[in-house]
Amino acid sequence: MHRFANPARFLRIANALLPWLTVGTVACLGIGLYMALFASPPDYQQGETVRIMYVHVPSAWMALFIYVFIAIASACSLIWRHPLADVAAKAASPIGAGFAFLTLVTGSLWGEPMWGTWWVWDARLTSMLVLFFLYLGHMALMGAFEEQSRGYRAAAVLALVGVINIPIIKFSVDWWSTLHQPASVIRLDGPTIDPSMLWPLLIMGLGFKLFFATLLIVRMKSELMAARVRALSLAQLRNA
Amino acid sequence: MTLKKVIARDLRLALRQKTDAATVVLFFALTAALFPFAIGPEAAILLRIAPGVIWVTALLSVLLSLERLFLADFEDGTLELMFLSSLPLELVVFGKVLAHWLVSGLPLIVATPLIAILYGLPFAALTVMLPALLLGTAALSLIGAIGAALTIGARRGGILVPLLVLPLYIPVLIFGIAATDAGISDGAIKAPLMILSALLLGMLFVAPLASGVALRQALE
Repeated sequence: MHRFANPARFLRIANALLPWLTVGTVACLGIGLYMALFASPPDYQQGETVRIMYVHVPSAWMALFIYVFIAIASACSLIWRHPLADVAAKAASPIGAGFAFLTLVTGSLWGEPMWGTWWVWDARLTSMLVLFFLYLGHMALMGAFEEQSRGYRAAAVLALVGVINIPIIKFSVDWWSTLHQPASVIRLDGPTIDPSMLWPLLIMGLGFKLFFATLLIVRMKSELMAARVRALSLAQLRNA
Repeated sequence: MTLKKVIARDLRLALRQKTDAATVVLFFALTAALFPFAIGPEAAILLRIAPGVIWVTALLSVLLSLERLFLADFEDGTLELMFLSSLPLELVVFGKVLAHWLVSGLPLIVATPLIAILYGLPFAALTVMLPALLLGTAALSLIGAIGAALTIGARRGGILVPLLVLPLYIPVLIFGIAATDAGISDGAIKAPLMILSALLLGMLFVAPLASGVALRQALE
């Protein structure tokens, strides 16, 4: 892992990987969207609205996955002071927030025709909302310091505290939701999903993951470039 | 420096500035008294919302009082001296949170019966609500300490703390309300109270650790 601590080496590998990841993302999303929008059957109960699921479910996966990714990067940053782990955590956070937001928006768009309301205080929706807030807090703390290194460290501690708390929050929200309202929701999940719907979903999931990897590398590259620009302009000021 | 000295020092400072602790309780009472104006004086509705109002206002009071937890000591350099002393920083955090809870969390619990009267809550309900608040506010202070420690030296530190801490407060709120509601309706109080205790114990471990890491990098 420490072999990748050198930004120059990271940039070399990233530049080599980036075209492949981009092509993979475009291919997976293209095939996945075609299968999801045209080649898969409408649901016998939900009709065409089921197609929202092909964006909604992978977004929810990614929103969770990216928080865990940030937590792992934060642990690496705090334990080994790995410089690229900080950059990765900073780059990943807005992407994760974006996916959490997308999950909420698509869920809401699906809920309106299905449940007749834009928002239900359902356990999963509420947990995703809390996760979205955790992302926003992480981003705000990341940018709250004059020195970026303080922002990195503080946000890393917050991400680790957050990842300990996510299962607790999930559990408590489940308890709260069963306490206050009956389960009234049609559930899509479980192994009961038909292969004609599962395949587009899995391809979309893969496409989203590749999209995240691509975006992460682009954002990390621009973050490293920005740091270099800062260092260069400081050196210029010193020489002047 | 010993743990007892940290606690005694913070308590002494708080007692000299009596208005600070009083402000928190006043904020709690005034905010809680605001809801009947917004919702109307119907006794049945007030009784229904009372546990929620008391818990949310207590939570906000704890949150508002936390901002100064480390900041004053950080600004005048005391925190640095505590950091250099033989006492581990985690214990310093624990002592400061304990002292802070004694002067701003405990008074909230003392004031709660008064607010219960305003909302017409039966006194029997308090036998569960007060222990739940005791466990809950302590857990809230500990979680809040992490937020306070993380935002030392940050721009807009004051408004940042709620953003960081409020999502983490949700479990305490849920189980605090669950215990209180069960106390009012004679439901099962044991499970939520035990979970609240578990949250408190967990935070007793996590909060000093995380705050310690946060303070160390602020002092570097």
